[in-house]
Amino acid sequence: MIASAHPAHLLVVDDNKVNRMMLSRNLGLQGHIVETAENGEEGLEKIRSGTFDLVLLDIDMPVMNGYEVLEACLKDVELRQIPIIMTSAMDELDAVVKCVELGAEDYLTKPVNPILLRARVNASLEKKRLRDEQRKLFRTFATKEVAEELLRTGFSLGGKQVTASVLFADIRSFTTIAESQDPTETIDLLNEYFSLMFDAITDNGGTVNQMVGDGLLAMFGAPIYFKDHGEKAVRAALQMLERLKEFNQRQIARGKTPLHIGIGIASGNMIVGYTGTQNRAIYTCIGDTVNLASRIEEYTKEALRPLLIDNYTREGLPDDIRVEDLGRIVFKGKHQAVNVFAVVAG
Amino acid sequence: MSSIDLKIFNELREATGAEFISELVHAFLEDAPVQIAQMRSALTASDVEAFRRAAHTLKSNAATFGAAELSALARELEMLGRENNLAVGNRIEVLNEAFERVKNRLNELE
Repeated sequence: MIASAHPAHLLVVDDNKVNRMMLSRNLGLQGHIVETAENGEEGLEKIRSGTFDLVLLDIDMPVMNGYEVLEACLKDVELRQIPIIMTSAMDELDAVVKCVELGAEDYLTKPVNPILLRARVNASLEKKRLRDEQRKLFRTFATKEVAEELLRTGFSLGGKQVTASVLFADIRSFTTIAESQDPTETIDLLNEYFSLMFDAITDNGGTVNQMVGDGLLAMFGAPIYFKDHGEKAVRAALQMLERLKEFNQRQIARGKTPLHIGIGIASGNMIVGYTGTQNRAIYTCIGDTVNLASRIEEYTKEALRPLLIDNYTREGLPDDIRVEDLGRIVFKGKHQAVNVFAVVAG
Repeated sequence: MSSIDLKIFNELREATGAEFISELVHAFLEDAPVQIAQMRSALTASDVEAFRRAAHTLKSNAATFGAAELSALARELEMLGRENNLAVGNRIEVLNEAFERVKNRLNELE
């Protein structure tokens, strides 16, 4: 038998010694590295502590059966990535169907046919390899949350209505800074700035959605909803300002210009989803709330305050975040005046 | 009915190697009497689950070697266990005799 092109690390879970020997031998001959476990509990322990590419799991086992092991793996975000092939007797097909419906990758009946074993294992490994590659690619170009949502639900243009918070941030007079230094220095500056801001945002559950020039747009509460999206957005903004302060101290020490930013946050209904074409699309948010956040961010220049929020966002804030009412402002393109608040301290 | 289906046994030997088959036969011949004993004690203790599981394992292993008769007898017992029916009559004796024939044949083949 020809060894597999991609040797993998496999786990065989079976309470029957003859089955363990058979599967291990066949998989070993196919070029894989095989470990075994004698019952479901031991199997799950090994799955949790090991780095397996694939698991062959018997259904009918003492202590913890294959169905329970499968359920535990599927509940775990990390373990869910490992393909599981159920192995069972011919007359247990009812149980097998249940497992496949639950999320098992495939199944094999025992006694296992070596050719079928090879085909199923290699197909599952190949599918996993593609999924891993896709996940890696997604994570480079999209946020982790968007990548996971894409992998779960698939890609389709179009959106859905959600309640969330949007944060806009912009560097003040960036054009002037950019013009006064050489382009590579500007890129380095932006990269350092963005990486600090990203951390502040993701640490508070937000998702950086877009970067345009020196501006960025982050969402809180979408694509994954959480109730305190407004508070999280404000805390992220406060952390952004805090980190920028430290960054500026380093800038000054290096003899460089410090950066000043404005942040605007608005909360409410918006449409989130993919816009673009079938070939090139981005996950984004649109609607009045998004528009308002952008306007509020622009208003920070006039108000001479770095962090402004709308009333909806303010209503969701706990007492430890203090705000100052700046009154009602009529923004360009809006008919009604909007109450704007400056966040004083958190 | 032959105790071992030679086609299945030879295919198994070809796919996994003579040395491995010898080990596998060894494991089976060591484990099967344990399973038969487990079935007997499970009957005495009226432990349906232990009875069913022992029969299930024996059924599976007999099928691996192409021991169709033994596998079918074990399967019958497994099904009775699954139906909570421990009125097995002389089936364990019949099973044990079938196992002895399989054992002799496997020792010859090896």
